Amino acid sequence: MINSSLKQLGEMLQAKTISSVELTQSFLDRIKQYNPSINAYIALNEAETLAQAKAADARLANGSAAPLTGIPIAQKDIFCAKGWTTTCGSKMLANFVAPYDAHVISQFDAAGAVNLGKTNMDEFAMGSSNETSYFGGVKNPWDFDRVPGGSSGGSAAAVAARLCAAATGTDTGGSIRQPASLCGFTGLKPTYGVVSRYGMIAFASSLDQAGPMAKSAEDCALMMNVMAGFDERDSTSLNREKEDYTRDLNKPLQGLRIGLPKEFFADGLDANVGKVIETAIAEYKKLGAELVDISLPNTGLSIPVYYVLAPAEASSNLSRYDGVRYGHRAESYTDLMDMYCKSRAEGFGAEVKRRILIGTYVLSAGYYDAYYLKAQQIRRLIAQDFEEAFKHCDVIMGPAAPSTAFKAGEKVDDPVAMYLQDIYTISTNLAGLPGMSVPAGFSNGLPVGLQIIGNYFDEARMLNVAHQYQQVTDWHSRMPEELK
Amino acid sequence: MEWEVVIGLETHTQLQTNTKIFSGASIKYGAEPNTQACEVSLALPGVLPVLNKEAVQCAIKFGLAIDAEIAPRSVFARKNYFYPDLPKGYQISQYELPVVGKGAVTIQVPAVGKNPAYEKVINITRAHLEEDAGKSVHGAVEGMSGIDLNRAGTPLLEIVTEPDMRSAAEAVAYAKKLHELVQWIGICDGNMQEGSFRCDVNVSVRPKGSDKLGTRREIKNLNSFKFMQQAIEYETRWQIGTLEDGGTIQQATVLFNPDTGETRAMRSKEEANDYRYFPDPDLLPLTITEADKAAVQATMPELAGAMKARFETQHGLSAYDANALTTSRELAAYFTATVDAGAEAKQAANWVMGSISAKLNAENQPISASPVSAANLAQLLKRIADNTISNNAAKQVFEVMWVGDSDVDAIIEKLGLKQVSDNGAIEAIIDEVLAANPAMVEEFKAGKEKAFNALVGQAMKASKGKANPAQVNEVLKRKLTG
Repeated sequence: MINSSLKQLGEMLQAKTISSVELTQSFLDRIKQYNPSINAYIALNEAETLAQAKAADARLANGSAAPLTGIPIAQKDIFCAKGWTTTCGSKMLANFVAPYDAHVISQFDAAGAVNLGKTNMDEFAMGSSNETSYFGGVKNPWDFDRVPGGSSGGSAAAVAARLCAAATGTDTGGSIRQPASLCGFTGLKPTYGVVSRYGMIAFASSLDQAGPMAKSAEDCALMMNVMAGFDERDSTSLNREKEDYTRDLNKPLQGLRIGLPKEFFADGLDANVGKVIETAIAEYKKLGAELVDISLPNTGLSIPVYYVLAPAEASSNLSRYDGVRYGHRAESYTDLMDMYCKSRAEGFGAEVKRRILIGTYVLSAGYYDAYYLKAQQIRRLIAQDFEEAFKHCDVIMGPAAPSTAFKAGEKVDDPVAMYLQDIYTISTNLAGLPGMSVPAGFSNGLPVGLQIIGNYFDEARMLNVAHQYQQVTDWHSRMPEELK
Repeated sequence: MEWEVVIGLETHTQLQTNTKIFSGASIKYGAEPNTQACEVSLALPGVLPVLNKEAVQCAIKFGLAIDAEIAPRSVFARKNYFYPDLPKGYQISQYELPVVGKGAVTIQVPAVGKNPAYEKVINITRAHLEEDAGKSVHGAVEGMSGIDLNRAGTPLLEIVTEPDMRSAAEAVAYAKKLHELVQWIGICDGNMQEGSFRCDVNVSVRPKGSDKLGTRREIKNLNSFKFMQQAIEYETRWQIGTLEDGGTIQQATVLFNPDTGETRAMRSKEEANDYRYFPDPDLLPLTITEADKAAVQATMPELAGAMKARFETQHGLSAYDANALTTSRELAAYFTATVDAGAEAKQAANWVMGSISAKLNAENQPISASPVSAANLAQLLKRIADNTISNNAAKQVFEVMWVGDSDVDAIIEKLGLKQVSDNGAIEAIIDEVLAANPAMVEEFKAGKEKAFNALVGQAMKASKGKANPAQVNEVLKRKLTG
C-alpha cells in the first residue's frame, strides 16, 4: 500500500477497501517508526491529522469526494497552516503558530486531502542539503550518512521513505528538483505564477514557486490539479483557465524534439551521473523522440545572478522578523536597536545571515547598479537563451543535479560548492520556466534524476514526457530495501 | 544683504478608499488599537500585497486635476528600514517611476498690507502612491511602548512640488489650494487633525538674485496652516540669522514646536538611512491605459478653476467672490442651489460669504451644517428683491431661520417686518416728520445734505423701520425740492 499510486489509493478509498483513517494511521505508524532516525517531519499533530481523515471518510461516504480525498499528504513547513506551528526551519519561528491557511493548504483542504504533518527544510529554504535547518539535518533514505538535498529535504525524505503518499515542496533555485534527484522520486516546479504563493513564507519572491513531490509523474499531475490555479491574493498569480494536468499523460512521444544543452553536459558533471542521463535519453529515442543539440550560453552566469537577486529579495523579505509582533525575541536588551540586533542574531542561522548580508550589500547605495541592476539584465539574457532554444525543441533534458547525494557535513563549510548543486536548476527559476526531476537510474546505489525543462505552461506535456518514460522504466517505483 | 527664501512642499494625503492600499482591512479612523490590523497589516509570514484599485483611481483623479502626465507604467518599490510601527521592515512606495508626473497648481496669494493679491503657478514634480505606517503608542502601558497597526497600510498619495515658493504666504496658499483640491475631487477628507493631510516643508535661503539653491532643512509633519506659516517664518529667520552670523546650514530634518514657535533639528543627513529601494517583486508594475484615464475622467467633477471662471461670466461675480465660493464643492453647490432657487447671484454670493459664512465660521462648521437651506435662503432673498422686507429686516428674519424656523413668510408676518410700500402711507408719515422737524428742513434748504439723511432716519423711525427706504428717499426728495 505504501507504494501505491495516488490513483490506486483513491480507488481503494472510493471502493471502501480501506478507510482514510486506516490509510492515515498506517503512514503515522511508519512515521513513528522511521522519523526519529530520518527527521523528515518537524511537526506532527496526530489528533488533527486523524480528525481530517475522519472528515475525509465522511466525504467518501456521502459521495462528495474528490480524487485526493482521504489521501495523506506531507506539507513543507514553509506553508502556513492554521493551528500548526509553521517554522520555515528557523529558530526565529520555532514557536510561531500560523493563524491562517496558505492557498496551497486550503486547496488541499478543499480537496479533502489529509495533512500528515509539516516537513523539515533548510532554514527559510536557503540550502541544498537540509543542513541549515534549526531542527537538524534529514537523512537520505537511500543512505543515512548522506543528505537528502534541499531545501525541501524533509518532503523529499518523506516521499522516498514512503512516509507519506505525496508531499509539497517549494523551489526557488532547485529546492524541489535537486532533492528529487538525490532521493529518487518525481518532483515538479511549475511555471512561476501557476501556484499561488499566498501563505508560503517568502524567500525570494520573484523565484519562489510551490510544486508537487511524489512517486510518479501521474501522481504529480494529480497533485497539480489541486495546487495550481488563480488566486487573487497573490498579484503574481496568473489568471488562467483551470487545466487538467493528467489530460496528456498517455500521448505517444513520437516526434518529440528533445533539446540537449551542451552546457549541461560539460565540466562539473559527475561522469557516472552523466552516463545515467545518457542512458535515459537513449530510452527516449526508443520512444520515438528526436534529439537536438542546443546551447544555453548564459548557464554559467545563472549562479552569480541568482546569488545577487535571491539574497537581495530575501534581505528585504526577512526584515519582518524583528521580534516585535511574533517570532523570536531576545530575552534581555537595552534598547530598541539592541532588541533588533539580539533577536535577529539569535533567531537566524549562519546561512540566512550570510544571504541577508549579501542582499543588503547588493542593494546598498553605490552598489545597486553594479550588482542588482546588472543581475536583472543578465536574468533577461538567460530567459532569452531559453526562448531561442525552444524554437528548436519541445522540451530540454539534462541532469537535475551535478552529483548524487553527498555526505552530510561534506559541503557545509564551502558555500560555493553547495551553491553549485543548483547549477542545472537555477536558470529555469530565473526564467520562470517549469522544470522537473524524474528518477532515471542509480550511480553507486544512489538515485540520479533526469531533468525535464518545458516551455511556459507546458507542465501537462512535461508530465506526459515523464509518464511515458515511467511506463517503460521502473526507477520511479524503487525504494530503499531497509525501509520496506 | 537681501535674502530670498526658497520653499518646496511634500504633502501626504490620505486617500478616501474603503480599505487599505494592499489589503481588505478598513481604514476608518479612531478604532480600538489593532482591530483593523489583518494578517497583511501585521506582516505575518507568507502574506502578500494586492493593490487596491480605488487608490489608483484616486491617483489618476489627482493627475487629471493638475493636468499632469499619468504614467502608463509605474513601479512599486520597497523602502527598507527598521521601525517598530513598520511591520514588514519596508514600506511599499514608488521610487523611480511614480504614477503621476509633472503637473501644476495655480494658487491665489492673498494681499498683505500694501502688497496686492496675486496668482502664481506652482509646479508639481510628481505624486506617488504608498502605504502609511502604524503608530507607536507611548505611555499606555507603564515602561513599555505599544504598537497600533490600524493605520499601517492606509493609502497615501505623496505630492511633491518644485522649489517654487518664495514666502511663507505662498507656501500656505499652495497648501490651502492643494487641501481644497484634494477634497474637491473627493480623494481625501482633508482632516488635518486626524493626519489625513500632512505637509513636510523644505526651506532654504539664498542671497536675492542668486540662482543657486541654498542647503535645505525639512520641517516635518505640519498639521495646520497656522503652524506652517509660523514654522516657515521662524525657520527662515533662523537660517538667515545663522548665515549672517557667519555660520553654515547643515541639511537636516527639523520639527516645529507650536508651544515655543521654534524649529529644532531631529536628525542630520549623516544619520540618514540608506533605504535600499528596489522594485517590489510581490507587485506587478502598475499599468494605466487611456481607457482607464477616460473612465476616471468621466467621474470627475467640474474643477474649481473652471467653475470660478464660469461664476464670473455666467453670474457676473468678481474674481474675488468667485474664488471664495469655489474653495469647496459643498460651498459652490450651496451657492448654485441658492441661485437656481431664484435668488439673484450677486446677492446670493454676498449672503453666502457674509451672514452664512460668519455664522458657520464662528461655530467652526462646514456649509453642510447650515440650518438654513439654499432653498430657504433663496426664499429670503426673493423677499428682499420683491420689496417685501428691507435688507435690515432680512437679517432679523435670518436670525430666526438660523435657529430652526424655515418658513420665511411666516417669520416676516410674525415679526411684523413687512415693508410699507404704500405711497399714501409713506407720504403721510413724511408730512408728519417734516411738520415736526422744521429746523432740519431749514438746514437742508440752507444746503446741509446731512439734514436729508437725518430726516430719512426720522421717517424710518416713525414707520418702525418698515417703510421702504427707497420710497422714503424718493418722496422726501420730491417734497423738499418740489
